[in-house]
Amino acid sequence: MDIAVLVKQVPDTYSERKLRESDWVLDRDSSDAVIDEIDSKGVEIGLQLTEAHGGSVTVVTMGPDRAKETLRKALAMGAHKAVHVLDEALAGSDALQTSAALAAALRTLEVDVIITGNEATDGRTASMPAMLAERLGWAAVTSVTHVSVEGSVVSAQRVVEGGAARVSASLPVVLSVNEKVGEPRYPNFKGIMAAKSKPVSILSAADLGLDAGSLGLANASTQVVSGAPRPLKSAGEKVTDDGEAGNGIAEFLVAQRLV
Amino acid sequence: MSDVLVLVEHADGGVKKLTVELLVAAAKLGTPVAVVVGSAGTSAALAAQLGDAGASRIFAAESVDPGELLLTPQVAALQAAVGACEGPAAVLVAATFDGREIAGRLAVRLDSGLLADVVDVALEGGVVVATQSVFGGAYTTRYRVTRGVPVISVRGNAIEGEPVPVAAPDLVALETSVDAAAATTVSQWLPEEKGDRPELGGAKIVVSGGRGVGSADNFHVVEELADVLGGAVGASRAAVDSGYYPHQFQVGQTGTTVSPQLYVALGISGAIQHRAGMQTSKTIVAVNKDTDAPIFEIADYGVVGDLFTVAPQLASAVKTRKG
Repeated sequence: MDIAVLVKQVPDTYSERKLRESDWVLDRDSSDAVIDEIDSKGVEIGLQLTEAHGGSVTVVTMGPDRAKETLRKALAMGAHKAVHVLDEALAGSDALQTSAALAAALRTLEVDVIITGNEATDGRTASMPAMLAERLGWAAVTSVTHVSVEGSVVSAQRVVEGGAARVSASLPVVLSVNEKVGEPRYPNFKGIMAAKSKPVSILSAADLGLDAGSLGLANASTQVVSGAPRPLKSAGEKVTDDGEAGNGIAEFLVAQRLV
Repeated sequence: MSDVLVLVEHADGGVKKLTVELLVAAAKLGTPVAVVVGSAGTSAALAAQLGDAGASRIFAAESVDPGELLLTPQVAALQAAVGACEGPAAVLVAATFDGREIAGRLAVRLDSGLLADVVDVALEGGVVVATQSVFGGAYTTRYRVTRGVPVISVRGNAIEGEPVPVAAPDLVALETSVDAAAATTVSQWLPEEKGDRPELGGAKIVVSGGRGVGSADNFHVVEELADVLGGAVGASRAAVDSGYYPHQFQVGQTGTTVSPQLYVALGISGAIQHRAGMQTSKTIVAVNKDTDAPIFEIADYGVVGDLFTVAPQLASAVKTRKG
């Protein structure tokens, strides 16, 4: 069973993340870039499925040159090869454009399963798995916490607000993993060394046959009207407990009409 | 005014609160029109509730049972509803797991711009503009679409305003079809056990515990304060990762985002990850042993002290006051 796993390089959520004040687009230079944690869980599930059923895992990303670090991280975990959709013309793509480019790249791979994180920590539209499934005409099984494949049927448990559901679909499918799916393995030294010689193909917009007039910020289907940073919140009163601080909070809450 | 389509979420014969919020949002953009996907008779049973919430018309998509097929019936219904209206101003869905999947598929199908997880909508010079809260409220951005019918997913508990009731909304049947081959089938629904406390995402008061709580057993201190205040219980990622409290109560970047009237942080240092999930709370109270904990930078009232003495004293004082 051949599997593609989508990975994304995002600003580290443990660092201060910024938007560029000129156009309110993500300022990728302002914070450390890491593989989105949820995507390393996707890689883990992909590896587990190929360990059980054979086949290979191809990791796929779209992003600037430095996004290759994210591919190397996934290769070091054990993925077999990588595809980097890399083209300056793609900068500023919105979800619709990104899904078109990724779908074109995924069509070249002939895989049975595509795995994504359920939501990136930066864009947070959580739309990519659905958009890819729609473009490819595949079933989508999203927000998955447990998954197994038997023959051509994928069975999974997905969690949503208010509960969980047991679901199934026929291959090929787009799977998105929920953060509860389990912890990813850490790359070991051998994996890190092996990753250096694993193949990474680079695909441009032209390689993918994308219409040049449909690409990038200028042709995006959404547009920023305005943006603003949150007004700075200054710290309020801070006291050291003298044995009466609990009562002090109660008085504060009463004064604020919160109790 | 143009029609604004709202996908109705319903369960056990009731319209969900978030759907009412969507209808209120729709009224800011045009004429709210509800789209109901369900088994035969569902729409008629919900008509009065939807009218009370401001729906002037109801599209009833009842030819495919959505109880078995996951989400594609809703996509098909919205697509058909867009075709049945004369140039709708927008399509609104809930920014839930399901809603966002539906929105993603629909945006591709209509080749329309997608505005996800928005906290407000407005009509400005005839253009639909949606407000997003980025990085846990660190920024506010306002977006529009440049083509198609705006497909908008709306965050819960974000839209303010009351519905203007409609006495007897028209019921219009909608024929839809679904490609069952590329569909996901649901075999069993496993509802979450509901406690007596308010739901975390919509609670007016949230009391959260962090690493400082120290153990799962100690979490009762957090729960007792939450119960006295009538609030929900939350936990930081550090507390969840340490196994002190279940994952579904995690507040932060990778958990639930909350924006209550009052947020009480007990033994939470306030890592950026956590703040991204609660910093838009109206009032923040923090108790922490470490005087340098970053949570104090955003707290309206901070106490440097032991949560195990401060929280019970606070609970007791509130209890006394409430009588």
